[in-house]
Amino acid sequence: MTATAVSSPSRGAQATRSDPLVSVEDLQVRFISHETTISAVNGVNFTLAPGEVLCILGESGSGKSVTLRALMRLLPPRRSQLSGRILIGGLDVMGLSRAELTDLRGSKVAMIFQEPMTAFDPVFTIGNQIMETVIQHDGLSRSDARKRALELLDMVQISSPARRLDNYPHEMSGGMRQRAMIALALSCRPSLLLADEPTTALDATVQIQILQLLRRLQRELGMAVLFVTHDVGVAVEISDRIAVMYAGRFVETGPVRAIIREPQHPYTQGLLASTVLGGMRGRRLEAIPGTPVNLLDLPPGCTFAPRCKHAEAICTKAVPAEVWLSPTRMARCVRVGPAPV
Amino acid sequence: MTAAADILLDVRNLKRYFPIRGGLLQRQVATVQAVDDVSFVVRKGETLGIVGESGCGKSTTARLLMHLLKLDSGTITFDGQAVDAPGGMSVRELRRNLQMVFQDSYSSLNPRCTIESTIAYGPSVHGVPPAEARRRARDILGKVGLEPDLFVQRYPHELSGGQRQRINIARALALEPRLIVLDEPVSALDKSVEAQVLNLLVDLKTDLALTYIFISHDLNVVQYLSDRVLVMYLGKVVEIGPVEAIYRQPQHPYTRALLSAMPSMDPDRRVDQPPLTGDPPNPINPPPGCRFHTRCAHAEACCALSEPPLYNNVATTDHHTACHMLIPGSGHSAAPGTATPPSPAKREHAR
Repeated sequence: MTATAVSSPSRGAQATRSDPLVSVEDLQVRFISHETTISAVNGVNFTLAPGEVLCILGESGSGKSVTLRALMRLLPPRRSQLSGRILIGGLDVMGLSRAELTDLRGSKVAMIFQEPMTAFDPVFTIGNQIMETVIQHDGLSRSDARKRALELLDMVQISSPARRLDNYPHEMSGGMRQRAMIALALSCRPSLLLADEPTTALDATVQIQILQLLRRLQRELGMAVLFVTHDVGVAVEISDRIAVMYAGRFVETGPVRAIIREPQHPYTQGLLASTVLGGMRGRRLEAIPGTPVNLLDLPPGCTFAPRCKHAEAICTKAVPAEVWLSPTRMARCVRVGPAPV
Repeated sequence: MTAAADILLDVRNLKRYFPIRGGLLQRQVATVQAVDDVSFVVRKGETLGIVGESGCGKSTTARLLMHLLKLDSGTITFDGQAVDAPGGMSVRELRRNLQMVFQDSYSSLNPRCTIESTIAYGPSVHGVPPAEARRRARDILGKVGLEPDLFVQRYPHELSGGQRQRINIARALALEPRLIVLDEPVSALDKSVEAQVLNLLVDLKTDLALTYIFISHDLNVVQYLSDRVLVMYLGKVVEIGPVEAIYRQPQHPYTRALLSAMPSMDPDRRVDQPPLTGDPPNPINPPPGCRFHTRCAHAEACCALSEPPLYNNVATTDHHTACHMLIPGSGHSAAPGTATPPSPAKREHAR
């Protein structure tokens, strides 16, 4: 990582560790077309310390994947509008040129996707694609690159890695492809790994293997991980901190135990209550009424108010500010009081 | 054992292989043994959950029950009447009694039909006068929690995923069936909407005295809804039994692995060791003998040689498991030596 890491100037409450690896301030993303404007991300703030795992938990359309893509500037430039500030390792991502972005992607920040079949190029072997990346970023020779690719496949526990190097993506099973995808992402030892629902398409017995693998590699390599999921169970397995996202905003953030045991925001409470668990047989589920918000036409004020059982007149007046309950705990709800100091 | 009068659906030796063709002459080069010799019963008023990983044949089983796919062999008996057999029930009559809800709520609705005509279509095909069919459609919309006046003239693309799945349930109910096959009905829905649809399914079952076959890969949801659970692996039934027994004392090593692969939901009790390594094998040319032996920690020579039949090794009569370790005299070192009832040592595997 570059030595010029600067700490985020604002949000003193968040600055528990002095030099965050990632700091995002007031990130907004809009998708513009002729007729419509979709407000996908509406003011996201967070910091991520080196070696920390933050999980963004949200339903479809909450803006979690868009946030992830914005960090790498992967959104289509002509159809999307980004604003706010993104610092990764001291680098102002918003101000980078195309060449600088190419340099950043893959080397300092890497990403893994839900569907590895579409993320790999189907006409090149797995080995080829990993070698291409390390030759490009680390300037290795072809034979050294092949050695490195072999080490990487071994690291992600692919059996008989030498043979697998010459496999095409379609020759591998889903779990193995996801392992290869992780090997590719980690090929240049990134300090930040972005994971966009990497286990959603996998079977239960394979999902837990991939989660274990990610957790082990994250610890061994000391990388920070930003993990996006809709599955509370997966978030609990992998994360240090959880950020709950609704309609393009973080409605609540905090350490994983606090979020699961003492959710503060009504949406988090509803999400946890409506998640079906083992011992709930015969009991009625507490569903959140209504449907997720329409991003074409956001309601004024708190976007969760139309579905919230505690909603009052004040909720629809203005967007609730971030209330910091403790240095690590935030909720955006008028019912939540600030920390008694 | 259950009296014959209690059994709504009796499935025996259901089999379906898909040929894989290749080469210049499109010869058959391999077979997918999607469903291989599956037998089970569904009792009146119960919910039978079917679980398993992708490619285990759970959806193929559902489609075979509906006769959406042709059976290679096997018999299906609905309420005492053999289906598609001389002197039995016709497939058309079966489908009036047996309806299905699919996972993808959008592709299972005709995008050019209004909600009203979608729901009224089934009854009118089965001879209900058009006006009566439309009245019935409005009636059912109310039952699934959608305001009839607001929805009858809408099209599928105007609805959210949860609303569309309610329409699919309404369409299935329109023929007043007795059994509904739910094939991953909530898997594509968000958690908050999933709970709404599950509540609806529970309500409808009690109100309309329905019987469900509920297929899912989500073990929590299956535990919530089902009375009995059937576990499938590569086209075979590996375990079937009451829901409490399966979740508390799973007998088959695969069922145990599946259950311990569930995320714990407790940050202090995370899963440390993946219960299985590797992916499920390819259903094309599955391993011989017990199909699970390639991933099983307890596999021995006998497991690759012969296929274990379903065997009742516990005190309750309706819990059956296909594993050599439980069958006396199977040749497995963990198997009970003589044909006596199982020893309490079996219970050590319980979670």
